[in-house]
Amino acid sequence: MKVVVCVKQVPDTKGGVKFNPDGTLDRAAMLAIMNPDDKAGLEAALKLKDKYGAEVTVLTMGLPKAADVLREAIAMGADKGVLVTDRVLGGADTWATSTTIAGALRNLEYDLIITGRQAIDGDTAQVGPQIAEHLGLPVISYAEELEVDEAAKKVTVKRQFDDRYMMLEASLPCLVTALSELGEPRYMTPGGIFDAVDAEITTWGRNDLKDVDDSNLGLAGSPTKIAKASDKVRKGAGEKVTPDSPEDAVKYIIGKLDEKHAI
Amino acid sequence: MEFTLDKKHEMARSLFREFALNEAKPLAQQTDEEERFPRETVDKMAKFGFLGIPIPKEMGGQGCDVLTYAMAVEELSKVCGTTGVILSAHTSLCADPIMTFGTPEQKEKYLIPLAKGEKLGAFGLTEPGAGTDAQGQQTKAVLDGDEWVLNGSKCFITNGKEADVYVIFAVTGKIEKRGKMMKEISAFIVEKGTPGFSFGVKENKMGIRGSSTYELIFTDCRIPKGNLLGQQGKGFNIAMHTLDGGRIGIAAQALGLAEGALETTIAYVKERKQFGRSIAQFQNTQFELANMATKVQAAQYMVYSAACKKDEYTKNPKISYSVEAAMAKLYAAEVAMEVTTKAVQLHGGYGYIREYDVERMMRDAKITEIYEGTSEVQRMVISGSLLK
Repeated sequence: MKVVVCVKQVPDTKGGVKFNPDGTLDRAAMLAIMNPDDKAGLEAALKLKDKYGAEVTVLTMGLPKAADVLREAIAMGADKGVLVTDRVLGGADTWATSTTIAGALRNLEYDLIITGRQAIDGDTAQVGPQIAEHLGLPVISYAEELEVDEAAKKVTVKRQFDDRYMMLEASLPCLVTALSELGEPRYMTPGGIFDAVDAEITTWGRNDLKDVDDSNLGLAGSPTKIAKASDKVRKGAGEKVTPDSPEDAVKYIIGKLDEKHAI
Repeated sequence: MEFTLDKKHEMARSLFREFALNEAKPLAQQTDEEERFPRETVDKMAKFGFLGIPIPKEMGGQGCDVLTYAMAVEELSKVCGTTGVILSAHTSLCADPIMTFGTPEQKEKYLIPLAKGEKLGAFGLTEPGAGTDAQGQQTKAVLDGDEWVLNGSKCFITNGKEADVYVIFAVTGKIEKRGKMMKEISAFIVEKGTPGFSFGVKENKMGIRGSSTYELIFTDCRIPKGNLLGQQGKGFNIAMHTLDGGRIGIAAQALGLAEGALETTIAYVKERKQFGRSIAQFQNTQFELANMATKVQAAQYMVYSAACKKDEYTKNPKISYSVEAAMAKLYAAEVAMEVTTKAVQLHGGYGYIREYDVERMMRDAKITEIYEGTSEVQRMVISGSLLK
């Protein structure tokens, strides 16, 4: 079984956010981590490797430094890393990103593609399903559990909603988008790190993408235009109170709301 | 000469830091308070390869280097001195001598499970009458047919009751050295569960309280002849070689404790207000922190340099790292004691309260000046090399 996990390097929420003049994120200037939902998806893939000996490839699109998340994935147990990087791909929205990743995936063999539900920087949850659409694959989003039946070539997924869940089955190949509940990511191993740093990362540019049109790539190919972007306004430290009784607490809150003319 | 870490070591450090914060830190208070061996953390360390960091892959290890191992002990000790020493004793004092002096059969049987983390290791040299003076050994081993018969006891043994494999030293006879009759000491590998091998008192310690420090008792304990480690009579050399490496582990533990206390104190002085402003704004605090940080940095360079020297030794056994290890341990241990003491002082009354981490760190730091060779022994090793 071959599994491809699409991962994204995203700004570390512990660090500050920096923007380019065009409103896109200045990724080169920020601390970066592997997107948490993608990491849960990687864990699910590594469990399939533990159980069935699946070959796990991690794929990312980004700046050359995005290779760091591929090395992290390899240090956790992934077999191969593919980095798609090219100046013409920069500033891509979800449409241009999914077009690019689908173009890269057409070069790879897969039974199952796993993406994170959404990235913590864009929060769109669009890229995974769009990739599936480009490739003509079934997609199951919001997966919190995943089982593969290798013999029957099908996947069973528990799909989460706010108040219920669905049990869905799809035949392979298909694409699943992962919630963080899909798996608590394992740690890297020290030896895995040493191997990962020496591992060769396959690097592809625009010309390596299969069956894609330039008009759908990069900032120029992105229908989404960012009008304005700003860092969130930091809230004050707030006020901590420890009222003696629930009645006092209610009285305090009503007083505050009244003070702010909220009621 | 490089003073920056390469990518491998940077990634390894971030792994150890994340693991320490997620796994070891939440248990540190309880480990200390209840003298509880943090088995769940050790099991996780085993699962992710931490118990075999500097051991080659073909021997079940991770194939990394001594520097990586030292960084693991350092990061763990930043949040929990107990967890740091568990790893140090296992790796430096048990796996290392078997890797260095063991036969292929001994490596297959003992080193591979130790490196994979399936077994935990310990080391027994110290006896009630034999601390710094290894010649004071009373534990005896007598060859009887195909078995060695051990009688005697060892004390203050780290990982004591929790380990599975023990490197034990015992007197196997007498030899003449420079006209004097000396005890002949040999090293052995003893497995837990061997009839005649039992545990005595558990020590109630000032610090590193979760590390399972026990007395080991051998009463007609029979082990196979093949469990002699290295040559008969070479036990003293094996012990000294092992302690040279062990000192790098303890130096890393001391470094971690100092760093942990410094980080905790920096955060505290920013929050703590007196006379209407944070105590970080007082020049005394600033100067104390500056001194602490400078010493911590110097200790780190010494520890890393000793670790790199041991790495060189693995490629070229003619190189000695004994003096560097002694200097690193001496300095880092004294820095740990000084920095943790100052950290308590900067915390004021809160620093004396169990709830605050620096209180534990100061108690944990003291042992680094004592075990695996006291600071005085390190000075003997260092001066011995200067005056030979």
